[in-house]
Amino acid sequence: MITLDNVTIAYGTGARAVVAVQGFTLAVPEGEAVGLVGESGSGKSTVLRAVAGLIPYASGEITLAGSRVDRRRTTAQRKMSQMVFQDPYGSLHPNQTVDQILAQPVAIHRLDRGEARIVQALAEVGLGPEHRYRYPHQLSGGQRQRVAIARALILEPRILLLDEPTSALDVSVQAEILNLLARLRRDHGLTLLMVSHDLAVIAHLCERIGVMTSGRLVEITTATAMANNQVTHDYTRELLRSNAGFDRSSAYSTVPTPP
Amino acid sequence: MSDPLLTVRNLSVTYPGDDGDVRAVRNVSFTLGRERLGIVGESGSGKSTTGRAIMGLVGHPGRIEADELRLGDTDLRGLSERGFRALRGRRLAMVLQDPKYSLDPVMSVGQQIAETHRTHLRSNKRDARRAALEMLEAVHIRDPERVYTMYPHQVSGGMGQRVMIAMMLIAGPDILIADEPTSALDVTVQTQVLAIMDELVRSRGMGLLLVSHNLHLVSSFCDRVLVMYAGQVLETCAAGKLSEARHPYTRGLLAALPRLGDRRTELPQLQRDPAWMADLA
Repeated sequence: MITLDNVTIAYGTGARAVVAVQGFTLAVPEGEAVGLVGESGSGKSTVLRAVAGLIPYASGEITLAGSRVDRRRTTAQRKMSQMVFQDPYGSLHPNQTVDQILAQPVAIHRLDRGEARIVQALAEVGLGPEHRYRYPHQLSGGQRQRVAIARALILEPRILLLDEPTSALDVSVQAEILNLLARLRRDHGLTLLMVSHDLAVIAHLCERIGVMTSGRLVEITTATAMANNQVTHDYTRELLRSNAGFDRSSAYSTVPTPP
Repeated sequence: MSDPLLTVRNLSVTYPGDDGDVRAVRNVSFTLGRERLGIVGESGSGKSTTGRAIMGLVGHPGRIEADELRLGDTDLRGLSERGFRALRGRRLAMVLQDPKYSLDPVMSVGQQIAETHRTHLRSNKRDARRAALEMLEAVHIRDPERVYTMYPHQVSGGMGQRVMIAMMLIAGPDILIADEPTSALDVTVQTQVLAIMDELVRSRGMGLLLVSHNLHLVSSFCDRVLVMYAGQVLETCAAGKLSEARHPYTRGLLAALPRLGDRRTELPQLQRDPAWMADLA
């Protein structure tokens, strides 16, 4: 469904170009969920943005459902992949009601039955009709993220791109959103590509996990292997250790010693 | 533990609102000795407000009430801004979440650390500089001389947070309040910053109050944990025994966390009991 073949992504051009992602190759078959983990600046969100068509890529090839895509896309190509961002406080227009937010993609893509679609999308993400005419500031963080998910789903995409969808949320709300995403994926047969710094969150939703550091995919493994500590790269090991909490016996070894 | 560094008894913080008063913190009591005490809770539970109340940082129109709020032999109730200024940095210190916003952007990090030393210890420029360099070394910064002259935008998040810790500890406070000190950092850097904080707090015999939403982190790092909900402390337990917590809220939170190696199709969602909102004390 999604293939990236030797993709290189750079910000800026010429001598001042910064290569954010280099030689990235990954294939996600239809219906699979793949997660990318890595520290900030490792390029994981950049990969997602390039797949979404928000930024161009310098070389290599990205194909979605068999057709090569670039930054310029047809409406149908745009409809196929939709993205949910990290911060539901920043990704919803503060001066638009939920109704207006959901009506916009319907209008842009000239879809029929707009009214029915909005009602259905709200119901699917567990929001009631009472939320329809509210502004984002009248909703909680979890409800806002539900609106962001509804906005993505209203176009009936086949691919959902998730950029840290739960890291701005409390633990209890995170569980609700993760359950919602798992259910929507099952019901719609969605293909997921997700980015997070939380290994447990990624492993909960995704079958395969890719580990990135400094713009490269250094390891791709399964959630099961990750849980059993069967990893090869040093950075993945460090990630696993940090994920387990603070361990006094090993933590001090991470501190650089002054000369 | 016989002589606590900080005693808090029935602390309440109230903000006036359109529909009556909002009680952000209700009757919170605890003592802090030379230990690591964690406060966990979700957003809005009052965990940060508790920390800010101790620092005297609840501004108008918020009101602080307590039967006892004592730092060693100093009564913090009704202490003037001037009184708090003398304590902050010297006896009470606070590390906030994001070093990008809590460091002065137009002053080199070294100068900022030295400034704390000069203010509280009335030292001269040369001594303050030397102390700041020693402190940078204590937080394991490789090249203190170079980092001294750098500005906050030139240092990474992890290094920025270490600079914050250096600045907070230079005047030798009794208590360090760390409010989500590592939430803005990468997981691998988190461990490093926590280890440095742990080392310094222990070697100087300080009390640490760690405020965080991260249950894993608090239970593995601290000695004791207070679990807050809707402004109250629902439960206090030994950190290592958080998994044996009794309160349904704590248990619900722990169950809702996704775990590696345990792929459940559905995560149990927290069912909030209105009874948890009722006044405990």
